[in-house]
Amino acid sequence: MDRRKSIKSIILGGVAGGLAINGCKPGIDGEAGVTEEIAIDENHFGRTPEEKEQIAKLQAEQFFNEHQMSTLHVLCALILPANAKYGSATDAGVPDFIEFMAKDIPAYQTQLKGGLMWLDHTSNKENGVEFKSATEAQQKVILDGIAFPDKEEPTYEQNFFSLMRNLTVTGYFTSKMGIEDLGYKGNTANVWDGVPQDVLDKHGKAYPKDWESKFVDQSKRHIMAEWDDDMNLIT
Amino acid sequence: MQIIESSTMYDVIIVGSGAGGGMATKVLSEAGLKVAVVEAGPFFDPKDPKQQTQFKWPYESPRRGASTVRDFGEFDMALGGWDIKGEPYTQKNGSKFAWFRSRMLGGRTNHWGRISLRFSERDFKHRSLDGLGEDWPIGYNDVKPYYDRVDKLIGVFGSKEGLENEPDGFFLPAPKPRLHELYYMDGAKKSGIPVIPARMSMVTKKVNKDRGICVYCGQCGRSCQYYADFSSGSCLIFPAQANGGQIDLFVNSMVREVTTNDEGKATGVLYINKEDRKEYQLKGKVVVMAASACSSARILLNSKSKQHPGGLGNSSGLIGKYLHDSTGASRGGFIPSMMDRKIYNEDGVGGMHVYSPWWLDNKKLDFPRGYHIEVWGGLGMPNYGFGFNPNSINEMLGEDVGGYGDGLRDDVKRYYGSTLGFGGRGESIALESNYCEIDPTQVDEFGIPVLRFNYQWSDHERYQAKHMHETFEEIIHNMGGTVFGDAPGKEQDYGLNKPGEIIHEVGTTRMGNDPKRSVVNKFEQMHDVDNVFIVDAGPFVSQADKNPTWTILALAWRTSDYIVEQLKQQSI
Repeated sequence: MDRRKSIKSIILGGVAGGLAINGCKPGIDGEAGVTEEIAIDENHFGRTPEEKEQIAKLQAEQFFNEHQMSTLHVLCALILPANAKYGSATDAGVPDFIEFMAKDIPAYQTQLKGGLMWLDHTSNKENGVEFKSATEAQQKVILDGIAFPDKEEPTYEQNFFSLMRNLTVTGYFTSKMGIEDLGYKGNTANVWDGVPQDVLDKHGKAYPKDWESKFVDQSKRHIMAEWDDDMNLIT
Repeated sequence: MQIIESSTMYDVIIVGSGAGGGMATKVLSEAGLKVAVVEAGPFFDPKDPKQQTQFKWPYESPRRGASTVRDFGEFDMALGGWDIKGEPYTQKNGSKFAWFRSRMLGGRTNHWGRISLRFSERDFKHRSLDGLGEDWPIGYNDVKPYYDRVDKLIGVFGSKEGLENEPDGFFLPAPKPRLHELYYMDGAKKSGIPVIPARMSMVTKKVNKDRGICVYCGQCGRSCQYYADFSSGSCLIFPAQANGGQIDLFVNSMVREVTTNDEGKATGVLYINKEDRKEYQLKGKVVVMAASACSSARILLNSKSKQHPGGLGNSSGLIGKYLHDSTGASRGGFIPSMMDRKIYNEDGVGGMHVYSPWWLDNKKLDFPRGYHIEVWGGLGMPNYGFGFNPNSINEMLGEDVGGYGDGLRDDVKRYYGSTLGFGGRGESIALESNYCEIDPTQVDEFGIPVLRFNYQWSDHERYQAKHMHETFEEIIHNMGGTVFGDAPGKEQDYGLNKPGEIIHEVGTTRMGNDPKRSVVNKFEQMHDVDNVFIVDAGPFVSQADKNPTWTILALAWRTSDYIVEQLKQQSI
């Protein structure tokens, strides 16, 4: 690979006008179809030092106690249970995600803790055991009462369940398992060349004939663009 | 207190490293001038693995992309946001101006939408047509040669259409529309609304040897490690450095004021180093302001001296005035025939592949000026928030909303990719009564007096937003879809975004021939101070229904050429 000479960026303005050299950077040679190995800190995902610190701080705190966590395990698996192909929301790590979000967005805290307590209270009264220890049939009877929120005036318990459902579904479908289940195919370098023909056919769509010349010819994308004086692309 | 002075005499000091600052850095350094670039945020290079968010999966973060720490989601590449800790701004008379600042090398060019539109002759001379606002002292032919150069240097895809109000450029070829965009094209056609390929600065075909080609990951908002989209660092500043430019980059350096001498000419800038919190002085022959319309206004207003008692170059009293943002309104809908879609990778470029330029005649409408329509939709990557109210669409199909269990999972999958929406982005009328000024009662954590905003929309903008909603509803119905929610009413300004929210704020140091009625001349040179130039969107006289960046770039290049010429002639 034709690796260009590295750029050195001189960065000034540091302590007392001191001089800092930004280390050699990788050459500018990445492009479509060329994979460049970059050493990536798995747990970094582009965080600034302050953002990293904030995450570490939240992770060190504990919001739900052990009983609440095990109730969440039961509840998340009821909201999105395992099927023949994929695990439950709990298998996908959703309770830990909810633990983090409750610390990240403190506005959730009271509703979540209060709602979990309401589940136990209701189950204690109806079944004589806490929610997590009730039978699945008993648990579902309780959930059936709060899973379809009133359109005009949803109750506290219904709002709690709607929040739980939102967090569970979003937690699942942003997990590795959930993304596979959904079937999302992107987040990777590729060459887009239009909607597949069978999909066009199914939806009764077609690319307009007079648009053809406007589209990128992907076989020529590596050829340097040149134009005539009349703004026509000629390469 | 001791100010630490640098002994270097720069030819030019550039304040800010976004679109305008980056272009000035490139043109001025390549002309052989010794340049200092002063940026309030940290160094940033999209190629740096430590800073990258491109290709990250939501599950790599414990918050799955939630916007707790970055306003457009935690993978968005804008450090800063609507509110920056320690750097407040205030409001007056019930104003609700939203000010988005990005503190990093390249500024907001690292995450912007890359919609790259030319202003037309009509856009520069709109007062002559409808009597509102003010004409620019320049026209399309003054800027055209620079638009041409920007196209060729940076790269913008699009198509030659020959539309008078949408001047063509030297375009790279356009990517094919995605499925929801094909639906949009058919829906818009039924209402006689034109649709053309989008014009955006992603490299769909090689433009130069230093930059990669688009990999269609749809993540331009995360800034591209292949340098296949435009951001100021990767396309302007780094190449200028590589070309041997004498560029000293000062990062984490917050400019407080422009310093002046007894004659009232600029001598340099005073900045605060965020790391040691001490004040530093840089000396230069020319100062180029590129801190963004509002930040540049703030610095100038804070640069008071005996010669410039109302702020540097403010004899007109107009610095901060005529602040205006694009209008905006959005609406979405559900298209039943797009349920249960076949799933394939349609990330495409980051943003739309097609759009609708303004198409109507205002003589038949109850508002002036126009808007363009941006389109979103598709099989995007799930992030925090995906699956919230997972089956609220059930109501549109007469089914129960809520529940749990296997049905819920199926609902999410059957609706995936069946919703789309539109954003209208239009032109507001610049008013002297909309402004930012220095708040005498507050400073930021660096001791710099902060901005206070006074901004009220008029019915011009409200009725435009109303029209947007009516149009969006019509198009969604044309597509066989159902619109989400009700059209917002009068008490909600018909759904008009708050000023500032579209992040196209311009006009605070407007351009003109009359020094009493404008702040800079047609070369963006201050009327009062001939060695200070402004190359952000402050000099914009009017907004047009176009996103401002391409015009910022063209004008910054034109001004930089003028600076080089003036320095050669020793006239500044």
